[in-house]
Amino acid sequence: MGHHATTPGEIAKPNTKWIWKVFWILLVITTVEVTLAYIWPASLSVLLLNVIFISLTLVKAFYIVAEFMHLGHEVKALVMTIVLPILFVMWLVVALLVDGTFWLDCRSYFIQ
Amino acid sequence: MSTESLITGIQDHAWAGGKEPLKASYGKLMMWFFLVSDAFTFSGLLVVYGALRFSNPYWPDPDRVFNAFPGLGHADLPLMFVSLMTFILIMSSVTMVLAVEAGSRMDRKAVEKWMLWTILGGATFLACQAWEWTHLIEDGTTIFRNMWGATAEDGARTPGPVNFGQLFFFITGFHGTHVLSGVVINILIYYRVVNGQMDKTGHYEMVEKVGLYWHFVDLVWVFVFTFFYLV
Repeated sequence: MGHHATTPGEIAKPNTKWIWKVFWILLVITTVEVTLAYIWPASLSVLLLNVIFISLTLVKAFYIVAEFMHLGHEVKALVMTIVLPILFVMWLVVALLVDGTFWLDCRSYFIQ
Repeated sequence: MSTESLITGIQDHAWAGGKEPLKASYGKLMMWFFLVSDAFTFSGLLVVYGALRFSNPYWPDPDRVFNAFPGLGHADLPLMFVSLMTFILIMSSVTMVLAVEAGSRMDRKAVEKWMLWTILGGATFLACQAWEWTHLIEDGTTIFRNMWGATAEDGARTPGPVNFGQLFFFITGFHGTHVLSGVVINILIYYRVVNGQMDKTGHYEMVEKVGLYWHFVDLVWVFVFTFFYLV
């Protein structure tokens, strides 16, 4: 991005290369995800597949937030203001997933 | 410092407290804080989804549930339609950045063009979602019942967890509402751009702010795509 030095009334040339680069990254990752969903052999661990899916999703999220939302080019204090609370809430998501497994154990114990 | 000079200071610059710590305008900062709070809401929904799914003894396989494509009848095409929806939303995010980029160069014609494409992308996404919902409801999955239980020995369909439909419709519905309001805000800002209001104020920051919101909507969809359709 950045501001171009132009005389008033004149419109600067578009600088869109980086936008299309991010577009291709997002498109390729999504294609890889869908392909993996199709070709993943039943003999391989589903957990591993899910770990791959979530990691690729986080890569996509990084590019959207850092480039499209421009957060990667803001000052560090602003980046931390946004990212730290989100990290805490992500920890909460993971913690309650683990708890969900525990509830299933409790449930099967009482139902049987 | 007298009160009078303080007020004049505020009128001259939005920030009157010395060195700007975050180097972002008030409006952009408030948009970011709103988005953080909105991310908390979506995370709350995701927490419920994850915990309920993991604590259910049986959960429907998304490859079986979401395998239809408009106009292709009973062809088994898992994930294809939702991948198309994802592509449309990513594409509309790209046109939004292009609008912001054009705004930073004060190129009004280009801003108008890219904002129109963004609005079109958002509307197309909503239409796709309407089809997806209709298909699922007609097939028998609502917030009250679910027909995606484990297949019985004779091949018959059995009732599955009702939570599946409830979470699916609530979370994709909440996201769809965000897309809808994003489209409406985009139309409002587009109207202002066409009227030359941004050229009058001398900057296109309003386009940047609605852009932040629009990318956030795309970001949430990236997660919905993973957790509802892939995993």
